[in-house]
Amino acid sequence: MQTNFSPEQLADPHVAESETILRKCVHCGFCTATCPTYVVLGDELDSPRGRIYLIKDMLENGRAADTETVTHIDRCLSCLSCMTTCPSGVDYMHLVDHARVHIEKTYKRPFKDRLARSVIAATLPYPSRFRLALGAAGLARPLAGLLKRVPFLRTFGIMLDLAPAALPVSRAARPAVYAAKGTPRARVALLTGCAQPVLRPEINDATIRLLTGQGVEVVVSAGEGCCGALVHHMGREEQALQAARHNVDVWLKVAEEDGLDAIIVTASGCGTTIKDYGHMLRLDPTYAEKAARVSALAKDVTEYLATLDLPEREPRGLTVAYHSACSMQHGQRIAAAPKQLLKRAGFSVREPAEGHLCCGSAGTYNILQPEISAKLKARKVRNIEATRADVIATGNIGCITQIASGTEIPILHTVELLDWAYGGSKPVGL
Amino acid sequence: MPETIGFLKPRQAVLDRRREIVADLGDLLPEGCLISDERGLKPFETDAFIAYRRMPLAVVLPETTEQVATVLKYCSRYGIPIVPRGAGTSLSGGAIPQEDAIVVGLSKMARILDIDLFNRTATVQAGVTNLNISDAVSADGFFYAPDPSSQLACTIGGNIGMNSGGAHCLKYGVTTNNLLGVKMVLFDGTVIELGGKALDASGYDLLGLICGSEGQLGIVTEATVRLIAKAEGARPVLFGFATSESAGSCVADIIGSGIIPVAIEFMDKPAIEICEAFAHAGYPLDVEALLIVEVEGSEAEMDSMLAGIIGIARRHGVMTIKESQSALEAALIWKGRKSAFGATGRIADYICMDGTVPLSQLSHVLRRTGEIVAGYGLRVANVFHAGDGNMHPLILYNINDPDEAARAEEAGNDILKLCVEAGGCLTGEHGVGIEKRDLMLFQYSKADLDQQMGARAAFDPQWLLNPSKVFPLEGRPAA
Ligand SMILES: Cc1cc2nc3c(=O)[nH]c(=O)nc-3n(C[C@H](O)[C@H](O)[C@H](O)COP(=O)(O)OP(=O)(O)OC[C@H]3O[C@@H](n4cnc5c(N)ncnc54)[C@H](O)[C@@H]3O)c2cc1C
Ligand code: SF4
Ligand code: SF4
Repeated sequence: MQTNFSPEQLADPHVAESETILRKCVHCGFCTATCPTYVVLGDELDSPRGRIYLIKDMLENGRAADTETVTHIDRCLSCLSCMTTCPSGVDYMHLVDHARVHIEKTYKRPFKDRLARSVIAATLPYPSRFRLALGAAGLARPLAGLLKRVPFLRTFGIMLDLAPAALPVSRAARPAVYAAKGTPRARVALLTGCAQPVLRPEINDATIRLLTGQGVEVVVSAGEGCCGALVHHMGREEQALQAARHNVDVWLKVAEEDGLDAIIVTASGCGTTIKDYGHMLRLDPTYAEKAARVSALAKDVTEYLATLDLPEREPRGLTVAYHSACSMQHGQRIAAAPKQLLKRAGFSVREPAEGHLCCGSAGTYNILQPEISAKLKARKVRNIEATRADVIATGNIGCITQIASGTEIPILHTVELLDWAYGGSKPVGL
Repeated sequence: MPETIGFLKPRQAVLDRRREIVADLGDLLPEGCLISDERGLKPFETDAFIAYRRMPLAVVLPETTEQVATVLKYCSRYGIPIVPRGAGTSLSGGAIPQEDAIVVGLSKMARILDIDLFNRTATVQAGVTNLNISDAVSADGFFYAPDPSSQLACTIGGNIGMNSGGAHCLKYGVTTNNLLGVKMVLFDGTVIELGGKALDASGYDLLGLICGSEGQLGIVTEATVRLIAKAEGARPVLFGFATSESAGSCVADIIGSGIIPVAIEFMDKPAIEICEAFAHAGYPLDVEALLIVEVEGSEAEMDSMLAGIIGIARRHGVMTIKESQSALEAALIWKGRKSAFGATGRIADYICMDGTVPLSQLSHVLRRTGEIVAGYGLRVANVFHAGDGNMHPLILYNINDPDEAARAEEAGNDILKLCVEAGGCLTGEHGVGIEKRDLMLFQYSKADLDQQMGARAAFDPQWLLNPSKVFPLEGRPAA
């Protein structure tokens, strides 16, 4: 597309990058068709092509963000389905990242939105605070209905609704080195995550058991923090970069101690962000190269397992509906590996229709955009239930909580099923 | 970029009433169906023909036929122009608005209403995408045949507007051959129905007139289309040639011999490289031209048809022949082809031409096209429906460079004139839109155009529907 930036504007490397991205878009409209928000709302402003145009106009004119533009950018799930579809290779992810930072800097949200966003940014990325908040939520749950009726407090009512009724006993993987069984063949670091160990500690347990069982030494490093994805998607750039730098330091320390073959991520949402550290920190001279190294090491757990050549297992007579998280299929472009692993492990795999569409979880989306999120959840659950599978497998904690709240079919992380197939105990809830 | 094609001058009376009009439309439609904010209108200023842009007065996104009728009735009362819009993938600027127009977008009317496998028909709202129809009936062994490369996104309403075609139209025909009926709103809000599930309705064949009418005769809100049973098997085969000319004459000979495969698609070297980079379809990279020929039927039928085609290709010195070995490979071959235009965006901006020529002229026109574009100091990539002689030279240029942009447009005009001179026509399937409007006189006599305009006026006496398009601004009947 034609762009209209002055040389002064292009001197800003962020604007220059966005310009390059915009130039690639030929406005063909293919991406509209696979964008979940366009599919449910039917308005081009809620499609990738529309958002790209809104962003282009805002940036070209060097304007502060306006309500109309913010509304439609806020509705973007960052599912990146548009990037999988785009034949022209438009890097929508980094364009919308830039737009979000611009919005955060130039737009004053109404007070209640600011409050809700601050609460999210201050709790979710910190497991201890998150756990505390969920505990409090348990006590406050009876108030949810009431809160939702007060427009000002609506978001908090929704957050209470989403908090699980009972928390699993905490046995989150502690910082330690988990030795490989047999001759060690590799050494990896495991990102235990922030929300995940609180909501489903079983996932990390299963990952450690499965990897060590295959001769892989697993390091859970002390001091590892949130990957930064949540705040990154809210346009809180500094907070996100701080998180990234912190983790880069932690993992490179592990690497220096005794070498590191991979950084294993069990939540694909986090994986997408960690794989982007190199890009996020490209303008930071002290971190650019280090961050790129960390990004290169980052692997989704299924991506890594696929390189281990796990043995074939007898069929178990259990059908699994595999739900590919957006961050998995679009963000990291990992499509076949999880399904192949499940098949090899003896499960029969079914793929729900409209697999490219988001379930509506999308980080904090289900809190901030509850109506669209609910529509997408209902659609996803309908497609999954149509497969008549015994169990749902997926690779992202956000999808697990979202889908679990809409169906009776048990839902597990893919590694929980794999761990079971390769000697672990039967997953809880199956 | 300097614009050489003009739009109608906006009606001042309409511009002056903007606020009232917006307020009235707001009253007529449910919440969320009106866009009037300047920021929100901006993304609607163009379609896939991005060289031209015009802001609309407002955009409405009705949810029902009744709402479309209400809006049209209102607009006709106040003399407000209307621009219908499907997915906005038009390559000729058919959906580009104008300053005094209301864009009526069909994107919220995207439900499949009825699938009748017994009668092999589907009835859908106009905003349903082309591919959605095939997806909905695929498990039952059917598909909707016309398959524009944009089928993922373009709507059936837009397909009717442009009488769109696609790779598989060689065997199954274009939109007009597969459309059975429409529900349509006329300029004054009257709702009419044409055709139906039966193959041939009595009376005038107005459906044929509607197909390709570029939103000027009414707004289609529902369409009934024919479904076709999938063949037992289908196999795309890649034929690589050392020159574009030999590939071109091979196509002419295949069709000349009476063999009608499902599709014959052509790509030259630049196009092959662009598509391979995106789709990794396994196209040969060491050839100058590639034909994708698809055959279908039982294994025996496919083998026998292929044998005939291979024989002809050998006579034209084919270098490589590669049959797809799996459904996945076949899907990738088509994915690469169907993404060709979009994927071109990886290397340059482009104008996509759409002329049709007799097959005997294919080689000649291809060679002249290359010369014309080179003469303007630009590059070209060719990827098109060769079996139909429907050429799509993509003129590559830099849209941020006004001089290059002007040269690209001139080269395009020369190519279209070349097609007409070669005995072909200005448009194969992308429509006239704004792009080819002023070239219409090159193809048609004044009497031809007057007759067409007469038909148009019978449907829309006030010329309110998409008025800047199709017919040159001079020579129109006085309003
Ligand atoms: C990458 C790419 C590849 C393409 N490949 C092909 C191809 O292979 N074959 C082909 O034929 N075309 C192709 N096209 C062109 C385009 O996709 C078609 O013209 C398509 O039919 C337009 O559909 P749309 O829904 O986007 O309509 P729009 O672009 O929105 O509108 C097209 C025209 O139809 C009118 N219109 C839209 N909806 C209605 C309605 N409901 N009632 C009345 N009028 C209406 C509009 O006013 C306009 O004049 C391609 C386009 C792109 C970008
Ligand atoms: S698919 Fe890509 S090139 Fe086409 S409109 Fe979307 S972002 Fe632009
Ligand atoms: S990231 Fe997802 S929601 Fe956002 S524009 Fe792309 S496809 Fe639509």
